[in-house]
Amino acid sequence: MPNYFKLKQGLDIRLKGASIATSVPEDIPAPQTIALKPADFQGLTPKLCVKVDDSVKAGDALFFDKYRPDILFTSPVSGKVKAIQRGDRRKIMEVVVESDGKNESQTFLKKNPLQLTREEICEQLLKSGLWPFIQQRPYGIIANPKDTPKSIFVSFFDSAPLAPDVEYILKNDKVALQTGINVLHKLIDKPIYVGISSKQEKSMFTSLSKNMIVNIFDGPHPAGNVGVQINHVDPIAKGEKVWTVSPQALVYIGRLFDTGSLDMSKVIALSGSEVIEPKYYNTIHGTELCELLKGKTKGKVKERYISGNVLTGTKINTDNYLGFFDNQITVIPEGDEIESFGWIKPGLNKFSASSTFLSKIFHKKEYVLNANMHGDERAYVVTGQFEKLLPMDILPGYLLRAILAKDIDKMEQLGIYEVIEEDLALCEYADTSKTPIQDILRKGINTMINEVG
Amino acid sequence: MKHLNNLFEKAKPFVEKDGKFHWLYSTYEAFYAFCFVSKNTSKSGTHIHDYIDLKRTMSIVVIALMPALLFGMYNVGYQHFEAAGMLNSTEFFNIFWFGFLKVLPIIVVSYVVGLGIEFLFAQLRGHQVNEGFLVTGMLIPMIMPVNVPLWMVAVATAFSVIFVKEVFGGTGMNVWNPALVARAFLFFAYPAHMSGDSAWISVSGIEKLADGFTGATPLAQAVTAETANVPIPVDFWNSFTGLIPGSIGETSTIAILIGALILIVTGIGSWKIMLSTVGGGVVMALIFNIFGGNNTYMTMPFWNQLVLGGFAFGTVFMATDPVSSSQTERGKWIYGFLIGVLAILIRVINPAFPEGMMMAILLMNTFAPLIDYIVVQGNIKRRMKRSKIIA
Repeated sequence: MPNYFKLKQGLDIRLKGASIATSVPEDIPAPQTIALKPADFQGLTPKLCVKVDDSVKAGDALFFDKYRPDILFTSPVSGKVKAIQRGDRRKIMEVVVESDGKNESQTFLKKNPLQLTREEICEQLLKSGLWPFIQQRPYGIIANPKDTPKSIFVSFFDSAPLAPDVEYILKNDKVALQTGINVLHKLIDKPIYVGISSKQEKSMFTSLSKNMIVNIFDGPHPAGNVGVQINHVDPIAKGEKVWTVSPQALVYIGRLFDTGSLDMSKVIALSGSEVIEPKYYNTIHGTELCELLKGKTKGKVKERYISGNVLTGTKINTDNYLGFFDNQITVIPEGDEIESFGWIKPGLNKFSASSTFLSKIFHKKEYVLNANMHGDERAYVVTGQFEKLLPMDILPGYLLRAILAKDIDKMEQLGIYEVIEEDLALCEYADTSKTPIQDILRKGINTMINEVG
Repeated sequence: MKHLNNLFEKAKPFVEKDGKFHWLYSTYEAFYAFCFVSKNTSKSGTHIHDYIDLKRTMSIVVIALMPALLFGMYNVGYQHFEAAGMLNSTEFFNIFWFGFLKVLPIIVVSYVVGLGIEFLFAQLRGHQVNEGFLVTGMLIPMIMPVNVPLWMVAVATAFSVIFVKEVFGGTGMNVWNPALVARAFLFFAYPAHMSGDSAWISVSGIEKLADGFTGATPLAQAVTAETANVPIPVDFWNSFTGLIPGSIGETSTIAILIGALILIVTGIGSWKIMLSTVGGGVVMALIFNIFGGNNTYMTMPFWNQLVLGGFAFGTVFMATDPVSSSQTERGKWIYGFLIGVLAILIRVINPAFPEGMMMAILLMNTFAPLIDYIVVQGNIKRRMKRSKIIA
């Protein structure tokens, strides 16, 4: 009998434009170019191992971590390196690969992971470039292959606004999923923790049974955040480490061991109020977005394109690429226009976490929300907002103050090891004073990495 | 709206950096923000932000204050005409109008002085003007006796904004509730104007006072009655509706309850603090009832304690100030309860301070950080214990 966790705190932001699950995801022409973006990884210093015009196969390294050179980042497709885009101070922004359409892969070990040793599995994951999917909590950084974490967590549902249905996007990969779970199991030699939502009790995830322990979570966002699940199942204390992996990565890992080749095709959701027909598409890891987005948005207002969801995603242009961890593109109105006397209007169309707008009387209505700040940054005044949005025994307001004061002891005691940006994203959304909470939190985490390690 | 926006756009070059009127920039920005929500969009972190901002939060508190303020204006007129014995011959509108004209100058002085100082500090610091004073500026007139001289309002407002708020860093940083400190400042600096029987009812222009007129507030009467050891003459219904002498906004429990309802429904005011303050008041009053012996003030039933003086107003509008109150959810229960207990304790035990509520809230403002510290330490201990079990 799986453990059942009922979470009260949190908020489901009811946005318009959820992707509709058709019987099969729509096919679109294979992308001409794909790219990896080092900025998708916290604290990574990339070092290139290819030049422009080098030809690569899927699974050939493009760059690696300067301080941990065995962690490779590999091309998802075969082709040749088209460009290395640099930003300020020659920072590497994107390594772009032009696909040759053949999808040839390097050959990797094709073997049942349960018969391999931990070392062999680590080596295969590192060499194939799938290791960066294994993230370490605390800090939300790429895990260190030399560590043995106390547990590994996978969350099989995404509760963020307009998030794709994880079961739908993985439905053809049940076998790979089980192989992926077996691989992770071999890394720690005990079952891994799997979180599913109360609506998934009869889903395919419960029929995967080997080498995992299922926990059921019932509640609004952020119940699907793996950090929340860790906090309830196996909380992190000082010095402890937990690894987290996305379900999509499990599939990549499973396919790698099942077939001996790197296959990074995936299904993503195109969603948001400005999308004409929000639905799912078959595509590939790191795909370019210009083809995908062409003609699919309404174009009536200035639009904002987000790789990921509206709470934690990255703002992108249409000529950019899908983020490493993202299964979703969201398009919302930019909303860069003034509104007169907005602070006093009743607000029937204004979704709010507070009860100060008349929209509170609607319980099912979906809303178009734009990227406007709806106010300017102010001093911290209103209390009790954050606690309602974080289903953990953590006082976000005090944690943030400890970070701003650079008080390492207090940060430690108040729970900085347990949270990353996505866990406090709702607080940032709802904050009356418009504090950049995710930025502050990352600064605190970086302080901890520098001072404590 | 478009014209207004154009006007702002035209004025902008003058107040921007290197402009002739740059010293007015904060003022310009404050007025702009009053009229328009700016077009700033999210640059980092979440892409969507809640529609609520500090301006709306504060506006809702001001709206919640309106019933008590309007009633207060009426009551000023009511008390005046009652003192003159002309109540029956005066029309409703004239009663209200008399009060309106008495109260309006106090409000204007409070806002002009307070906002002037806020704008000045914002400009000096290069900050935007925070909206906190919208509420403080309304609270100050409402806790003043109607006969307070305007210059005193100005001095008290200036004192509290400068020494209670700005020296601590401005909105969000103050330890005490600025409005209450303004009141306390006058209470200690000019006691003759802030208590006694001549402060509460405007008797200007009355040639002959009505028979039996004292001008004392029920709380003062209670102290007198206690000394004389006679039953306290409290009319519960009058106190509940608010037709008694007292500070401008504090008398009507029913108008304050409407405000409380607005604050609770919108979630702006903490119902936890309100409930626990009332709870603390009731508990303390009951303790006095049981152990008070023959003392008439102590045996006054708790429902009378709750409707008298500033208890209700303080509970709903002062104790719930999020900046100076306890900030943790558990802490709010303790904080409110102690305010209730202390308010009744001070009021009953020390006749020199009939307004125990003001003292109680300021005292608990002082201790709120300590309460929060204890609650946060509790959280830390709980979290540490949890990790030991795992290890």
